[in-house]
Amino acid sequence: MSLATFDLSPLRRADRWHPAELAFWLLPVAAYLVFPDNLVLLTQIAITALFCLSLDLILGYAGIVSLGHAAFFGFGAYAAGLLAANGIGDPLAGLAVAALASAALGFVTSFLVLRGSDLTRLMVTLGIAMMLYEVANKLTDLTGGVDGLQGIEMTPLLGRFSFDLYGKTAYWYAVAVLFLLFWAARRLVHSPFGLSLKGIRLNVARMPAIGAPVNARLSAIYTIGAAYAGIAGALLAQTTQFVALDVLSFNRSAELMLILVLGGSGSLYGAVIGTIVFMSAHHVLSDMNPEYWQFWLGALLVLVVLFARDGVMGSVRRLSHAAGGRRKGER
Amino acid sequence: MDYALQTRNLAKNFGGFTATNNVSLNIEAGARHALIGPNGAGKTTLINLLTGFLEPTAGRVILQGEDVTRLGQHQRVKRGLARTFQINRLFADLTVLESVTMAVNERLGVGARFWKPVGAHHQAVDEAVALLDSLRLLDVAHATTRSLAYGKQRLIEIALALAMKPRVLLLDEPAAGVPTTESRELFESIAALPRDVTILLIEHDMDLVFRFADRISVLVGGALLTHGTPEVIASDPKVREVYLGEAICA
Repeated sequence: MSLATFDLSPLRRADRWHPAELAFWLLPVAAYLVFPDNLVLLTQIAITALFCLSLDLILGYAGIVSLGHAAFFGFGAYAAGLLAANGIGDPLAGLAVAALASAALGFVTSFLVLRGSDLTRLMVTLGIAMMLYEVANKLTDLTGGVDGLQGIEMTPLLGRFSFDLYGKTAYWYAVAVLFLLFWAARRLVHSPFGLSLKGIRLNVARMPAIGAPVNARLSAIYTIGAAYAGIAGALLAQTTQFVALDVLSFNRSAELMLILVLGGSGSLYGAVIGTIVFMSAHHVLSDMNPEYWQFWLGALLVLVVLFARDGVMGSVRRLSHAAGGRRKGER
Repeated sequence: MDYALQTRNLAKNFGGFTATNNVSLNIEAGARHALIGPNGAGKTTLINLLTGFLEPTAGRVILQGEDVTRLGQHQRVKRGLARTFQINRLFADLTVLESVTMAVNERLGVGARFWKPVGAHHQAVDEAVALLDSLRLLDVAHATTRSLAYGKQRLIEIALALAMKPRVLLLDEPAAGVPTTESRELFESIAALPRDVTILLIEHDMDLVFRFADRISVLVGGALLTHGTPEVIASDPKVREVYLGEAICA
């Protein structure tokens, strides 16, 4: 093969939108029409999907394991909640403040997290989240402690769409923010920065030898991931007009890890689809059996990890490869 | 004399074990310099000290007249020092073109750009393609690294180093694990590098060393035994005794 005939398109096309992706983003519209009475649940799914996306950026792409990602979610939730409870009820201003606050927390803690191995990182992220939980628990004057933060009042979105009783505005608001940030994350993972994150995950020891400042890159993505999580937390605070202490709980961090593994880490759609599958299953199973629903969820997880490596998205990839192979065989 | 890379009394101890013992090495600019020595002589440790992969216990590393002893690996790379690894350290799930483009990105300083896609950074992509062409790797450019034979992977190891446009290139047994026929081809690629690139080579195959190098340093027990032209080294009785033995007599 010569330079003149070399085909660059596989690299150039990597970031193009696939038709299946466009179809995927019609799902929120379909869900709205099919389940008009479940908008609260659907809004929760959109928010959790964004939260899961933020973990995917740092874990799936950069390989930083975290069992304390709720720290940033909760920090953002309290930041937005406190802002609105103190008279600044503009939703977008709340998102911005939450993003900045969580990003700052992410940046500062990144230096602690990036020291050491995976196990150390698990412990450090866990520890930071636990400390934050107890701080929020203790500062009852500010956060309401276990009673939760109340008195959040939102002004209409863009000065026009007020948050209605049926949750329509809340739903479209959450979906729009999810989509925009998904789009930005999609650009990021296809950029040189995103490629270098994959390089770090695949072979961290080689990266300095090609001149890449590994810790600076990891610190940057950790900060971005924290900002995403903070925005997700802010969305929850704004759409429910309440912040419960459990936004910072270990359970939330651990469940998020579960969702990402279920969907397939290292794929942006894995994060979103994992959330849809997990929360739908949660909803259906707990309806059927309010006491023992976790049994079936546990069974689902074990099956996924054993038989569908890389989660739902891994299976989708393998199936489409197999189908592609068969098509080639027919020719 | 212009030196590309020097060490001054470089030492490295691992606990009580001295892996590098008071090494003062001078590598001339443009040299094809080989570093030889029996197994366990501390060759790879020395390379790791030169590149900043390890921190020395004592001594200094000087790159093109600048003391880089305190600089990290990626900072030395930015100053023109690149290396390959004895055992492949590649990006298994990336394609060959992605891997090399990523390396070029870093050299061009666009590695942290986060908005425009990789393929839109034309300068980096074009350069990566040209590099793959020069190493005759274009036909596997879109293949994932893990799908390639070991010999080809060794070439990618070198491509990643060359993407740094190094002034000084450290090759740690580049032909290790490569079939003889392919290793010749590999060394042709290395020999074809521009003369102004200084090369420090670690290699076990004495045939290759004596064909390739114009200077040889012999490392024994972590210390520098001697150095000189291939002729001098080949006729040095000390070297014969500790290392070469039959390889030269035969």
